[in-house]
Amino acid sequence: MQKITTLSGTTVVIPEDNVDTDQIIPGRFLTTTSSKGFGDALFRDWRFDDQDQAREDFVLNQPEAKTAEMLVGGRNFGCGSSREHAPWAIRDFGFKAVISSRLADIFTSNAQKCGLLPVVVSEPLHQWLLENPGAKVDIDVNDCSIKAGPHNETFPLDGFAQHCFLNGLDALGFLLDNDSAISRFEAARQ
Amino acid sequence: MASPQSLFEKIWSAHEVAPESPEKPAILYIDLHLTHEVTSPQGFDVLRERGLKVRCPDRTLATIDHSTPTLPALNGKRPYVTEQARTQVATLRQNCEDFGITLHDWDSDYRGIVHVIGPELGATSPGKTIVCGDSHTSTHGAFGALAFGVGATEVGHVLATQCVLQRKPKSMRITVNGELGAGVTAKDLILHIIGEIGVSGGTGHVIEYAGSTFAGLNMEQRMTVCNMSIEAGARAGMIAPDQTTFDYLRGRPMSPQGEAFDAAVEGWKALRSDPGANFDKEVELNAADIAPTISYGTHPGMVVPITEAIPEPADASEVKALEYMGLTAGQSMLGTKVDVVFIGSCTNSRMSDLHAAADQLRGRKVHPDVTMLVVPGSEQVFRQAEAEGLHQVFIDAGAQWRLPGCSMCLSMNGDIVPEGALAVSTSNRNFEGRQGPGSRTLLASPAAAAAAAVAGCVADPRTTQPKAA
Repeated sequence: MQKITTLSGTTVVIPEDNVDTDQIIPGRFLTTTSSKGFGDALFRDWRFDDQDQAREDFVLNQPEAKTAEMLVGGRNFGCGSSREHAPWAIRDFGFKAVISSRLADIFTSNAQKCGLLPVVVSEPLHQWLLENPGAKVDIDVNDCSIKAGPHNETFPLDGFAQHCFLNGLDALGFLLDNDSAISRFEAARQ
Repeated sequence: MASPQSLFEKIWSAHEVAPESPEKPAILYIDLHLTHEVTSPQGFDVLRERGLKVRCPDRTLATIDHSTPTLPALNGKRPYVTEQARTQVATLRQNCEDFGITLHDWDSDYRGIVHVIGPELGATSPGKTIVCGDSHTSTHGAFGALAFGVGATEVGHVLATQCVLQRKPKSMRITVNGELGAGVTAKDLILHIIGEIGVSGGTGHVIEYAGSTFAGLNMEQRMTVCNMSIEAGARAGMIAPDQTTFDYLRGRPMSPQGEAFDAAVEGWKALRSDPGANFDKEVELNAADIAPTISYGTHPGMVVPITEAIPEPADASEVKALEYMGLTAGQSMLGTKVDVVFIGSCTNSRMSDLHAAADQLRGRKVHPDVTMLVVPGSEQVFRQAEAEGLHQVFIDAGAQWRLPGCSMCLSMNGDIVPEGALAVSTSNRNFEGRQGPGSRTLLASPAAAAAAAVAGCVADPRTTQPKAA
């Protein structure tokens, strides 16, 4: 997993509430056996019309989206299907963090595992980010702080996820290190 | 005396290899891992990259369901939507062979939707921890198991270590008492619940469904309820096991047999929340308040009683949803013209669902403007329905009787709702484009979906006089 210690960049805002993972990546892109190369499929049916022409007015088709590091979503972003292809697509498009006042459970878990930083912020900061697309945001994973405009606050990040982001570790290594504990558990249940 | 525990806490604590701390999530042991072709290839890749084997091959059970065609083979060749879909299925076949995992492939008597076959086989049972790279894993909670969806990376974790890393979720109890009214189904019950608590009302929680209403449901109905827990944002949904559960499981191929089954039942009887168990959130509803329910928006919380009009949108997202659906506030749902009807999915593709649909269709015709697909959840359901002649009821009415699979629920196998068309679907998600680009979905029960197929528009299944065989 790619290490993330600090992020300093601009945002793209997709303000709708309850954006589900079918929007983030439609089901027809899931027949692959790979975990890479999903950037083109990100928000496919919002970005392109039925003739596969880019919808110029959609935010991900604007030039500033190419350089943005953070995606700001509406409330309950990432709900629905557990497809990890959703955070993969966001990451492959070039985003490093997803910010909302509420992120769906499985989406958050999946994001943490593929190097996409999930950031849950207060309602006032969320509102400010929604109203200021393209805003400059600074995030420090060391102290879980986020600064944007007049706002400066900390966000909740699981201690283990923080450790993984800061050190570029994935969780499988930790589980494998616990092999003997798992064996003991199995033996005790026999 | 030990403090009272909820059903969820009992199962959780019995599976902690290591408890959580501020620095580390809990290591949770997984009794049963279900898998399919879509979310497993990346997990197997990780094993190969690191030179790992599957820790417990007998704790993983595989099937093919999402990418599989529902039309029969032509000249010996299955009509996959793309060669990539065919390759995805072949990849799972190879992975199962290489790593020693049982796969219910095309030739199995038990192939089907992963959340239909687990219970049919008796692989799903009370007290187990069950995961699958699929959010509707919550279905298995109907048996008093702790069952939740995980991502593809975690599929690799389970294959390699039989464990996942989890923070302990909060708990929520939804109590519903009383009998459901005539013509009101388990699907209406769960749609109503999601409408009440909202699509993120269960976020961070495991829901226990309690009360006489759930106790009165059969196992297929309980599965319909638990299946849609994720649509309220919950990690899992569960119902304490009882005699109905035990009766369903007795004699299943993977259930304990004979005296071992009776011994298992004695253990399972302890799997209920103790009096005084603590829940972080409690919700109480009355069964008598629930009517046949249908969705009208682009998430499963936008629902109304089928006889009512669409309410005013509450915010900008709901305005956008109505625009997408081509519906307007104040419009009656009854009479809304329908183009496609889909009976199927892990929510509603079991025998009782097909019976409810057949009762509406018997001796009637699907409206000439409607395309109707009936897709059984598994080979077992397919065969049982054919043995009972249900397939003939569907075919005689003008519906298409297909092979088992996920099909039009998420339309990744090519079974799609055409752009702009309005479908009444017994599946679980009415998201924009879920059933195909530009498709529009109304979620409803099998009875309501079949009634709409006959009428050509949304109809109240209570007034269409179902005809039993």
